[in-house]
Amino acid sequence: MNILDVRDLTIRTADGRVLVDRLSLTIDPGERLGLIGESGSGKSLTTLAVLGLLPDGMTATGSVELAGTQIVGAREKQLTDVRGRDAAIVFQEPLTALDPLMRVGKQIAEPLARRRGLKGAALKRAVTEALEQVRLPEPGRIARAFPHEISGGQRQRVALAMALACDPKLLIADEPTTALDVTVQSEMLDLLDTLVRERDMAVLFVSHDLAVVSKVTDRVLVMKDGHAVEEGDVREIVRAPREEYTRALVASARQLESALDLRSTR
Amino acid sequence: MTPVLDAMTPVLEMSAASFAYRGSAAPVVEDISLKIEAGQSLALVGESGAGKTTLLRLLLGLARPTSGTVRFDGDQLNLRDRRQMRRFRRSVQCVFQDPYSSLDPRRRVGSIVSEPLRSLGVDDRRTAVPKVAEALERVGLPADAAERYPHEFSGGQRQRIAIARATVCDPRVLLADEPVSALDVTTRVKVVDLLSELKEERGLTLVMVSHDLSVVASLCEHTAVLERGRIVEQGDTAQVLGAPVDPYTRCLVESVPRLPA
Amino acid sequence: MTQTDLTAQTQQTPEPKRPAKRSYTLITGCVLAGLIALLALVSLVWLPYASDDTSGGRLTGPAGDHLLGTDKLGRDLFTQLMTGSRIAFEAGLGSVLIAAAVGVTLGVLAAFAQGWLDDTVSAFLDILIAFPTLLLAMLIVAARSASLGSAVLAIGLAQSAVVARLVRVLAKRVLAQDYITAARTSGTSWPRIVAGHVLPNIWPTLVVNLALQFGLAVLAEAGLSYLGLGAPPPNASWGRMLQEAQATFITAPAGALAPGILLVLLVIGVNLIADGLRDALDPAARRRRA
Repeated sequence: MNILDVRDLTIRTADGRVLVDRLSLTIDPGERLGLIGESGSGKSLTTLAVLGLLPDGMTATGSVELAGTQIVGAREKQLTDVRGRDAAIVFQEPLTALDPLMRVGKQIAEPLARRRGLKGAALKRAVTEALEQVRLPEPGRIARAFPHEISGGQRQRVALAMALACDPKLLIADEPTTALDVTVQSEMLDLLDTLVRERDMAVLFVSHDLAVVSKVTDRVLVMKDGHAVEEGDVREIVRAPREEYTRALVASARQLESALDLRSTR
Repeated sequence: MTPVLDAMTPVLEMSAASFAYRGSAAPVVEDISLKIEAGQSLALVGESGAGKTTLLRLLLGLARPTSGTVRFDGDQLNLRDRRQMRRFRRSVQCVFQDPYSSLDPRRRVGSIVSEPLRSLGVDDRRTAVPKVAEALERVGLPADAAERYPHEFSGGQRQRIAIARATVCDPRVLLADEPVSALDVTTRVKVVDLLSELKEERGLTLVMVSHDLSVVASLCEHTAVLERGRIVEQGDTAQVLGAPVDPYTRCLVESVPRLPA
Repeated sequence: MTQTDLTAQTQQTPEPKRPAKRSYTLITGCVLAGLIALLALVSLVWLPYASDDTSGGRLTGPAGDHLLGTDKLGRDLFTQLMTGSRIAFEAGLGSVLIAAAVGVTLGVLAAFAQGWLDDTVSAFLDILIAFPTLLLAMLIVAARSASLGSAVLAIGLAQSAVVARLVRVLAKRVLAQDYITAARTSGTSWPRIVAGHVLPNIWPTLVVNLALQFGLAVLAEAGLSYLGLGAPPPNASWGRMLQEAQATFITAPAGALAPGILLVLLVIGVNLIADGLRDALDPAARRRRA
């Protein structure tokens, strides 16, 4: 059975504009899918729809089955059960994803207490473990810190720790490294790769950057203006893109990268 | 096009410049020495907190170094010297990272692009019109763009408007703060191409702050790598990116995500 | 991501032409305030009776010659209402003009202050806001005399602190934008930056706030007149009409009800206009900003 099965997902705004148009995709347990697209392609909206988190006024039609639960039209109660247990999400900007007024440790403790029913010393131990697991140094100090007191890279690790805390079957990562420096991005991608591999977790990885996606996933789906343009093996798509838009995307990425190669070998 | 100056005099030069905020002991940038010679574009590379933006503010004459000097055409830049600053502002223009915050939402594009001409007293609103049209055409925007408002344009087009504004008064140096990092990949390539065209055709010297090494490699002959407010390595871009000596530079180069072969 | 992605979408897809949604708030507000403005305007050229004409007999109640009756001195109530609406508008407009002139100047200057100066200026504005208008009015009346001008001056000064604080915050936000830096690197002088970039960009929010201040000023003037700190007799201000009619409220309610109702209608009208302006100006501003 698929962990995620999206069929003909269509997302409309209140005034009837179609932002995502009959999108279909599936992810098997333990499988990783990359969602590639530029701004306005609808890739982020798709991830929100998977968790039933669409902004007010937007409506989804079609079918989104997450671990057997139908998300489209589900009640908030059902959605709360699904979020965290079946799927968790890491956003692009960790500063806005974390509560600025709550210590980091407490924010991680919340899902742990709720999902695993932990209390007291056991909870504290679980928080430390969660922070260690994302390779944060001095987990004790980080747990006591407020989000603004740690660096952007550390915040994103905290966000990842929170997402992983309940051992979801699917991890959704929406441009998780776009706001990070390139050296930090590289560490973060490696970490994500390792942690997901250890847990045999399925991943939906959203990015505008082909090179970044190719480090984490094998299969990608290219989106443009709400439509699926092309789907397939990431190496295959980079080597021989079939659709015109994908060709333009790959050519652009190649052009920039080739400048780097020219300079460094000259 | 470019006024021919003594070939030996750099257009912009920083010697042992440092900058610290008042009341703060730790300088944001420290002991920076750079030379920007006409036609030799320079990239300032570094990650967040490296002091790139502060360095740019010093080069733009928006802040004064706490120690050391900034020279323009060989003369020390004096923010109080009106005549020198006027010459400086005409010669050195700027493009910003965020094409949304860099254009006044309540002004028409024509008025935005002509601002340098009017503020520097080169032209009035009327005489600026043909120059604005030319500048917009140069960056590949339709002629009627001047009559429209910024919100009618996409991010890439807005960055083109910003470039038109920065080049309308024929500056010699264009300082660019992460000029393409807010743009989509396909748009990014087009704006990089535009900047490279302006370099070639108008002899513009580009000084670019960027964290994106591929963009740096596409546009700049020289590169200086900044780490925590200090330059750790500088020189020919091919040298710095191709055979980095400093461990930090090496880490930076290796971290760039690459497409699968 | 989500946020930027969404704004990018509204940015790039051309806005479909929506059927123009009429702002009923704005229209209702304009009708209410407009009717009273009409009364005030007519009072400038024509009044049913002279304002010191006491020939009507006391507390007659609505009757042939007197549309709403007379007060305890025999003056025509409707005449007083008309004069009162003129005074209300004078008070509102006068105070708002003072508040705008002083407040915007102070606010913009304060926006440029940094470090300790910034802290001092904000503390000063906060103290000014906390200072009761009534006390300020008493001081001004003591220094000058009880007149509409004194009341307007007191209200306007008190409100300019509120406006200054708002302008300071708005202007600071605008000054942090890149287009200000771009203007500076283009050699634009600070006065031109303020006139050409800062003021146009804070304008929509400022106008809405000034409309609200207008309503508050009308209320404040009525309050001061009630206490005898406003326009002296025979100029009938709504506040003084209320005060004079207080004793006879049970026997002749019209004298208190009429100015009370007009006061409420005018303030509601102006507030509706402010709300309507907010709706009319804000989405546009947001779309442009995004």
